[in-house]
Amino acid sequence: MAKQTIIPFGPQHPVLPEPVHLDLVVEDETVVQAIPRIGFVHRGLEKLVEKKDYTQFVFVTERICGICSFGHSLGYSQTIEHLMGIEVPPRAEYLRVILHELSRVHSHLLWLGLGADAFGFENLFMQCWRIRERVLDIFEKTTGGRVVLSACNVGGTLYDIDDETLKGICATLDVVRREYDAILGAFLNDYSVRSRLEGVGYLSQQQARDLSIVGPFARASNVNNDVRCLRQGGYAYLESFEPIMSDGGDCLARVIVRAKEVYQSIDIIKELAAKIPAGPVMNAPKGKPAAGTQASMRLEQPRGECYYYAKGNGSMFLERMRIRTPTSQNLGGLVVALAGCDLADVPNIVLTIDPCISCTER
Amino acid sequence: MSHSSKSPWLIHYDASSCNGCDIEVLACLTPMYDVERFGIINTGNPKHADIFLVTGSVNDQNIKVVQQIYEQMREPKVVIACGVCACSGGIFKECYNTLGGVDMAIPVDVYAPGCAVRPEAIIDAVVKGLGILEQKRAALDAAKSKKKEA
Repeated sequence: MAKQTIIPFGPQHPVLPEPVHLDLVVEDETVVQAIPRIGFVHRGLEKLVEKKDYTQFVFVTERICGICSFGHSLGYSQTIEHLMGIEVPPRAEYLRVILHELSRVHSHLLWLGLGADAFGFENLFMQCWRIRERVLDIFEKTTGGRVVLSACNVGGTLYDIDDETLKGICATLDVVRREYDAILGAFLNDYSVRSRLEGVGYLSQQQARDLSIVGPFARASNVNNDVRCLRQGGYAYLESFEPIMSDGGDCLARVIVRAKEVYQSIDIIKELAAKIPAGPVMNAPKGKPAAGTQASMRLEQPRGECYYYAKGNGSMFLERMRIRTPTSQNLGGLVVALAGCDLADVPNIVLTIDPCISCTER
Repeated sequence: MSHSSKSPWLIHYDASSCNGCDIEVLACLTPMYDVERFGIINTGNPKHADIFLVTGSVNDQNIKVVQQIYEQMREPKVVIACGVCACSGGIFKECYNTLGGVDMAIPVDVYAPGCAVRPEAIIDAVVKGLGILEQKRAALDAAKSKKKEA
């Protein structure tokens, strides 16, 4: 047996925009075991519910993560709406889904770029981020923010997007689709990319099920847990929804699932923008969450299912707010996928689960 | 002007940011803003870097990491606090696990506010940082020649 060595990976590492530490136990060039250590980004923001009231806290949830920022404000708002029985105007439901799916497009493009950087294709990284800027321009035009949108609050959305702008968004998305078509071939057909991804970091369907993996990571192992299938909120207005699945289980399958989800999100936005009803966008909440009431909510974030739980105590402040984020589920799968891989594939596999450490640690 | 202040290399570390500022730092490098055309490169090696970009506030766990990276960097060096969390702790100032801005850990030269900090603000801060880098270099050179004379 070869001698075992431990190689520390992170918290500061060129491939990681975020700090996570892995102790890689290696025998020669093969990773035998990966031991993650987290806690560099923990802020303890769930406890802030005691200092910010329930309408202010939405702005804290937005800052759980800068990539799925809108999703967190949406998930939190929906939970509080359940808790207090607030009816959301249909137009707001449409707008929320449109903004949420735009976030997914920007998140997946961001990830595809980082993924390309991890397997050493820097040009592709730049191309992905160039296209992503178009989505950020839409955000900036409609809400004023590029990253943190502050567009969602309990009861609806804070801004309306008029129909003319929605048409403009669809036109921009056509451009995004055209440009995306042009680079997608590099991910799917380029032989050197395939040779880096195919068969690397395999996770079987059974393993994905056992470890409760969520999001595109699970769907690439043929486990469907897309929360959008439940058709909650604005997703109820869609004609049909088919989750994107793959049975590959390797890095390539994860790339393909996310790559196709970009098209799916563009289709969802265009469908909803075409039939959005007129009306108000905000049903301002009145009163306080009653003591002892509880509510929970699930939302499909770009990285997978996110679970929200809230408990009221009769004041403007919540008793408890709990968020279980997708990456905290997926880290278990990462450790399994890393076991037995080559040391040079580690950055690749770490990135294909699309880790979001600041979500995980909050 | 020396070479490094014409084309400084950066190192970026996410202390406990929400990612918002991190992706804006990366966005600066990509085609829309493209600071690489000025020779600014994001490096992973502290000893290669002239400018240290920190996003997010510090806590007990990462304060040592921030200090280690700072200490490994060669003189002259400039620290830029990117985003309101790095400047003061921002919205998370009241959290139990947040000590405050990056200046709790290391001396900060330029503060770039914003939540998330805009790429224009980052570029502006880096340009300001270049001036400070040049001053620090001049001070170092002056000290060196003084030593020689003595």
